[in-house]
Amino acid sequence: MDELINQLKKEVIEQLNLEEISPDDINPDSPLFGEGLGLDSIDALELIVLLEKNYGIKIQDPKDGKKVFHSIRTMAEYITEHKK
Amino acid sequence: MADAMLPLYFRKINMDLLITSYCHLHDNKVIVNDRLFFYQENILKFADFIKSVYKQENVNYPKFYKMDPISKVGFLAAELVLKQTTIEGYHPEKVGVVLSNSSSSLDTDIAHNETIKNRSSYFPSPSVFVYTLPNIVIGEICIKNKIKGENVFLISETFNGKLLCDYVNELFINERVEACLCGWVEVMGNNCNALMVLVEHAGRKQNEGVPGFKFLPFNAENLNLIITLN
Repeated sequence: MDELINQLKKEVIEQLNLEEISPDDINPDSPLFGEGLGLDSIDALELIVLLEKNYGIKIQDPKDGKKVFHSIRTMAEYITEHKK
Repeated sequence: MADAMLPLYFRKINMDLLITSYCHLHDNKVIVNDRLFFYQENILKFADFIKSVYKQENVNYPKFYKMDPISKVGFLAAELVLKQTTIEGYHPEKVGVVLSNSSSSLDTDIAHNETIKNRSSYFPSPSVFVYTLPNIVIGEICIKNKIKGENVFLISETFNGKLLCDYVNELFINERVEACLCGWVEVMGNNCNALMVLVEHAGRKQNEGVPGFKFLPFNAENLNLIITLN
């Protein structure tokens, strides 16, 4: 899980162009939206693309998004659970 | 007779507009109000050039990194222009933005096409797609500077100072604006040429300028001079 979390941090930084943030700056349990990284709605769409492009996972129910993208750790847990 | 009571034709004659601040980005060089703000030889990539200017300007606006190339250039040019002066005395709805270029959002359209051209790897990027309109740069400038006035993005084959002057003059004549950012923001690949000027009415300008820079009358000749001489 730790390896996946570290990989996800790097992928999120690259996908969302978070140039001034390093993987060590991201607490895997901190909220990605609002506080924490302060991501916006376009970033949320980019994260959906990231899951599909890098892990072949489609979010089927939009209601799941809030739970899946709460933090890096919840993303990693969702990937572990759904990766084909 | 009060200016507003005059027929439009006479008000046009009375219009006395000045360029009170300008910025020109071109060929790895940034000129602000006749002074060299940034120059670095041997920068081959646009991305490296604009990032270096951003770092030197020390804006601290993380969203900058998410913008497309045109928005980055327009945003930084506006920052550099407004750093030399102030628009805080104007009502936000009386500050306009009139920009232009020749290739519209083609540079970003190409980037978007890269994400969708291969059907077996079809992953359109939402953050690229939202910039596939040229006027998004105006939105970025307005958000950062709390500008809510008239705005338009014009397309012309080459830089057309007269078109810009005519449009901005009309905004002033019709009292839609009291100050206006105006210019040219062109980026294609690693080539960039951007001019941004702040236009204010001579009698109502908010600042007295900076040493070494004399306000210029706002006309097509001066716009052409700035963009060709620097």
